[in-house]
Amino acid sequence: MRFLDWRVVGALFVKASSLQRKRATLTIAAIAWGTVAIVMLLSFGEGLKRQMMKGRHGMGENIAVWWPDETSKVWQGLPEGRPIRPRMDDIAYLRDRLTAASGVIGELTSWSSSLTYETNTITGRVTGANWEYGEIRHHFPQAGGRFFNANDEREKRRVIFLGDELAEDIFGEVDPVGKTMFVDRVPYLVIGVLQPKMQMGTYKGPDTNGAVVPITTFSAQFGRQRLTNIVFKARSAEDMPLAREQFNHALAAKYRFDPTDEQVTGLWDTVEGAKIMGNIMIGLQAFLGIIGALTLLIGGIGVANIMYAVVKEKTREIGVQMAVGARRGWVTGPFVLQGLAYTTVGGAMGLVIALIMIILLGLVPVEGNQALEFLGKPTLSWQIAVATAAILGGIGILAGYFPARRAATVDPAETLRYE
Amino acid sequence: MNWSLGKKKNGSAESNGHIIDMRSITKVYDTGKIKVEALRGIDLVVKSGEFVAIVGPSGSGKSTLLNLLGCLDTPSDGEYRLSGEAVAGLDRDQLADIRNRRVGFVFQNFNLLPQLTALENVEMPLLFGGVGRKERRQRAMKQLEAVGLGDRVEHRPTELSGGQMQRVAIARALAMEPDIVLADEPTGNLDTGSGSDVMSVLDGLWKEGRTLVVVTHDKALAKRANRMVEIRDGVVVEDTPTS
Repeated sequence: MRFLDWRVVGALFVKASSLQRKRATLTIAAIAWGTVAIVMLLSFGEGLKRQMMKGRHGMGENIAVWWPDETSKVWQGLPEGRPIRPRMDDIAYLRDRLTAASGVIGELTSWSSSLTYETNTITGRVTGANWEYGEIRHHFPQAGGRFFNANDEREKRRVIFLGDELAEDIFGEVDPVGKTMFVDRVPYLVIGVLQPKMQMGTYKGPDTNGAVVPITTFSAQFGRQRLTNIVFKARSAEDMPLAREQFNHALAAKYRFDPTDEQVTGLWDTVEGAKIMGNIMIGLQAFLGIIGALTLLIGGIGVANIMYAVVKEKTREIGVQMAVGARRGWVTGPFVLQGLAYTTVGGAMGLVIALIMIILLGLVPVEGNQALEFLGKPTLSWQIAVATAAILGGIGILAGYFPARRAATVDPAETLRYE
Repeated sequence: MNWSLGKKKNGSAESNGHIIDMRSITKVYDTGKIKVEALRGIDLVVKSGEFVAIVGPSGSGKSTLLNLLGCLDTPSDGEYRLSGEAVAGLDRDQLADIRNRRVGFVFQNFNLLPQLTALENVEMPLLFGGVGRKERRQRAMKQLEAVGLGDRVEHRPTELSGGQMQRVAIARALAMEPDIVLADEPTGNLDTGSGSDVMSVLDGLWKEGRTLVVVTHDKALAKRANRMVEIRDGVVVEDTPTS
């Protein structure tokens, strides 16, 4: 019996759907527009999310940054308020104990050194760091240059790696690599310039504005041993809590403080930050999705509205069909199918239009435009496609269902009376 | 599905040749505050092969009676058997099936679907009756040829004259080989010429042995029937053979 039902519904639908071209066109356009809106909004959200991820990774992945501080708890007969200031050689000590970390580096920072090339002198930030800094903190050189290596560090070579903006400030049009410059009147060989990168987080200023030298060289020139900060990289995001615990215990054992003393152990955990950021992005995506869905809903209401008009207009025909023996399901089925057909066609068209728009937007150059760079490029993902299809399907069924229900209430005896 | 699909011009065995058997039928329209008694106890038996004209002034309840006869509506009270089957208590879909198989309707304003061709209009009841595509086409074609419209099958209602439209409607009414044809003022919207054409077609149906009930104001049409039932204020006031 079911087979028969659907054959009848199908036959009626085919006959009914060849009508009302103009209406169908308008309705399909409304659905297409709604689909474009939802897909574009979600794609912008996705693009922004990916750009944020990229920007967050600009500083490095799965890293934590620790700064020296004073104790806030009494410990083993020692008073509170003692400054904890690790030294350069503590890095090796920490590396032995942080098995959950793939790297530990120390940093020494000079916030304002005079940086000179020929007659041009500017004031800038110079960091002394272990050679692993290049990998851990994502300091990738432009073609023709390099970051300093273990040999440079061991032999205290006076080599310097420049942030790309800083390099331009000092050297202008000149290619800095291979040139000699001065840091506080001490000559250095420029060995590399930073590749331009998106960086969202920073703890001492953007990498693009700083210079980095081997920590041993820095220490020799400035006579400093006490670290400005320590950076360690967990083996994976999941290893971060363990790495932090190992860090706290190692440092606490050496400097004799309570490992639960949060004033000392407090640090910037970018994995935790990423989680918060991820949640914010999910919230943003949901928000954009709701706006898109509401736009699409308006299209759906348009479909329902037109279908209501069709039902009203066809009341007499529905009555005739019922009089000659149509069951209610056979009368309502075509309306549901029609609602679904409109949304499917409109949705497919909207998806194609959105896809074209995304491809065209992808061709717009964003380099140099910070607003655009931040907004990223709209990106379509399969999740967006699935979400859109689900919303479309739901709206399509609803848009057909309610008018169909109206059609089912048609009383043939009433409608077939004299005109 | 326990109805046979064959010709039932002589009615089912259990109906004693009574296509229509109505006992003390009443119909009350309850609009909330006012109750309108459209039918106040109708007894009507129509035997197989009869041609009954129902006449009466406007508002007498003729159309209400026709709606009940055709199972478009259900009585408020009383007993109605159509071809021996009690209609009371059936749901809307079951009534739809009964209309489809047992009743053929002819309306004053034709009620053809404007977007369908003559052939498709006639096919419609067959579609609802579950008749296959090919057979549907053949049977619809045969009915159209029988009413003299074999050359108009691909025309849409708007391309046909009033008389032609009514003949398409008659073909549609007969498509499922119903037990009874119910016509509501079938000549009411037609000029005299077309009207007499349609009358001849109905006459022909009767002579073939079909059962017809026609509601009409048209004296010429009423005279062709073999029995005239007059209704006034919801009751049968006269029931006489005409010929």
